[in-house]
Amino acid sequence: MSTLFEEIIPGGAMWSMVIPRHRLVRLTALGAHANVSALAFNARQPLDRLNIPDTLKALHTAKLTRGHILMTDMGHALASIVDDTLGWHDPLAGHITREQVEEKFGTHTYQEYRNDWYRNARDNFLVELGKHGLGIRDVVANVNFFSKVVVDDEGRMHFVPDHSPAGAAITLRTEMDILLVLSNTPHPLTPPGEYPRVDVRITIEPAEPPADDDFCRNFRPECARTLALTERLYI
Amino acid sequence: MSTLNYVESPLQPESAILRHVIPAGDGWLHRIERGQTFRILDLEGNQAADTLFYNADDLSERYSAQDTIREQGAIYLTTGTVLMSNLRRPMVTITADTCGRHDTLGGACAAESNMVRYALDKRFMHACRDTFLLQIAKSGLPLGKRDLAHNINFFMNVPVTPEGGLKFDDGVSEPGKYVEMRAEMNVWVLISNCPQLNNPCNAYNPTPIEVMVWDTTA
Repeated sequence: MSTLFEEIIPGGAMWSMVIPRHRLVRLTALGAHANVSALAFNARQPLDRLNIPDTLKALHTAKLTRGHILMTDMGHALASIVDDTLGWHDPLAGHITREQVEEKFGTHTYQEYRNDWYRNARDNFLVELGKHGLGIRDVVANVNFFSKVVVDDEGRMHFVPDHSPAGAAITLRTEMDILLVLSNTPHPLTPPGEYPRVDVRITIEPAEPPADDDFCRNFRPECARTLALTERLYI
Repeated sequence: MSTLNYVESPLQPESAILRHVIPAGDGWLHRIERGQTFRILDLEGNQAADTLFYNADDLSERYSAQDTIREQGAIYLTTGTVLMSNLRRPMVTITADTCGRHDTLGGACAAESNMVRYALDKRFMHACRDTFLLQIAKSGLPLGKRDLAHNINFFMNVPVTPEGGLKFDDGVSEPGKYVEMRAEMNVWVLISNCPQLNNPCNAYNPTPIEVMVWDTTA
């Protein structure tokens, strides 16, 4: 498969791009303990945006892995998870702010540390969204790729610290033209200590549209219906 | 099923400064002042009350499900839960709860999500998001769809399994169960009394709820 685009997103950095539909977007962690906080929008109409509750209840899941489709609040499919080496990505715990970074890892300012300063997902999102005319009102519930938070029988949440090894990868297939916004910053439940700084490679390749026997399309009846609704965007 | 914690309120309905019944399928948008106490009463049982909060002094600050569950380290809401904003500030504290558990993950129903979940021909059924949109459109407040984020479902039971499954269990609410909360800032509360007929969240029979406001805290 020919690579259309490839880039290393350094630990701490932010990234965004409008990606046409039917592309494979692979994120590969180049070290252990990666976390990439992510938001996604319909690039043509950003009010049509990732909706975690609608995604989870349609799929009857509280984790994300192969077969699942990230859905908008308008019933559309943003991207399908077509490959996943981890089996669990976190849709529950949100993203880290400047205050939480300082509480957990201390303060590394730009003045002192230049581009090795400690950045956070909230500020990264606001900057990257701002480039597309979006802002705080568009910071909705996000996904954390490469992270795992389990919920016990009492409803308590537990961060799993050694979930993601070096080389872990997840591949999305875009199902519409999307604005993908990424922040390669620590998970908000990362234990205090050293600021995790893990480079992540993003690779974009062409993809075939989902066939009738596509794994994601057939994962649940809801998946087939969200793909059918998404086709209506392109009549 | 985990432990449910029941806490009753000493506040009496007779002393409330406001009482209002929200019929099934209808909505309510009301300003609650800091320090006031607010109750939602499930009149007939197993009725989902889809609820959002906005900081009345800065509408871009709003209830955040992810911040709320992460900061308390648990996904269910009950007495003692602090509902957090997207700026990680306390908006509302739950001070009494005779239901014992409320859902943070299921979100609101919408015409479009009903099409995904049930069938493409469910498009024309009434849904919570339509109620939210109509309430904010009529309010004169500078709120729009952009401000509709991940809401609370009071009285709904959506357990998560340790394997990462999401279940839609029968409700734990009954007639007369209520949840009560104290505003920690001036807030607008936006409620849709859920009209969903496609799943058991309302026991297939949407019913009225009552809201009450007191001027003193418990």
